[in-house]
Amino acid sequence: MTDQTVIDQAVRSEFHPRWYRERVSTWWWLGEWHYLKFILRELTSISVAWFVVLTLFQLRALLHGPEAYARFSGRLQSPFMIALNAIAFCFVMFHTITWFNLAPRAMPVRMGGKRVPEFLVAAPNYLLWIAVSAFVGWLLLRTP
Amino acid sequence: MTGKSTAKPSTTKASNEAFLWLLFSAGGVVAAVLIPMQLFLFGLAFPLGWLPQPSYEHLMALAHSPWVRLYLFVMCSLPLFHWAHRFRFTLYDGLQVKHLNEVIFAFCYGGALLGTVLAAYLLWSI
Repeated sequence: MTDQTVIDQAVRSEFHPRWYRERVSTWWWLGEWHYLKFILRELTSISVAWFVVLTLFQLRALLHGPEAYARFSGRLQSPFMIALNAIAFCFVMFHTITWFNLAPRAMPVRMGGKRVPEFLVAAPNYLLWIAVSAFVGWLLLRTP
Repeated sequence: MTGKSTAKPSTTKASNEAFLWLLFSAGGVVAAVLIPMQLFLFGLAFPLGWLPQPSYEHLMALAHSPWVRLYLFVMCSLPLFHWAHRFRFTLYDGLQVKHLNEVIFAFCYGGALLGTVLAAYLLWSI
């Protein structure tokens, strides 16, 4: 009997025993740096979503005309928004770095029977990132 | 997600998860490469006056290019699906609210879909 059949039978039975599960505290991730790092990495997704929402509002302001866009830009200058975006920027950078450094773990590259060092596998990610960022910066900052 | 009679593993369910994971992964790449620079410029550098603000006309000229629209659409949509996947599992595991899993799922992917539709609409009408 495979494990799966055991589970299926257990699920189908009307009176299967309740699984014994020890209660884990909601704050289990505060105990150790590794867990905390994991949770922080998961929370970067909130900053990602925040940035998209901000961009959607920006597009809406652009659509509504120069005055609406000036109001939007003005709102971004409030200390609250600056603080929020500074925090979001830190989280997004954390996402970028952890994401790039994950690539060599997910896909180990071997050359001549030897494993290529992780920083060499991650390097192209960083190069691409720098190139794209420079291009976007140039597009926005050049004077037409 | 186990321990429920309806949660029997099936191939449709598994392939759905694989597809959602693919969206998560693609969104992770897009977010990692595209978001930091743009958030830095529009969220910090321009409002704080570190760099000169691009004019409304300049931004509109950019937004009228089909390539920039495609870029912005991808930059909005895929990262939202990345968020949906990650945030869903953060809520599942972090808060341990098993009875709310369906609600969380609908909230996350509903939000990502809504954002995608809004982005398409805005970029279409701009």
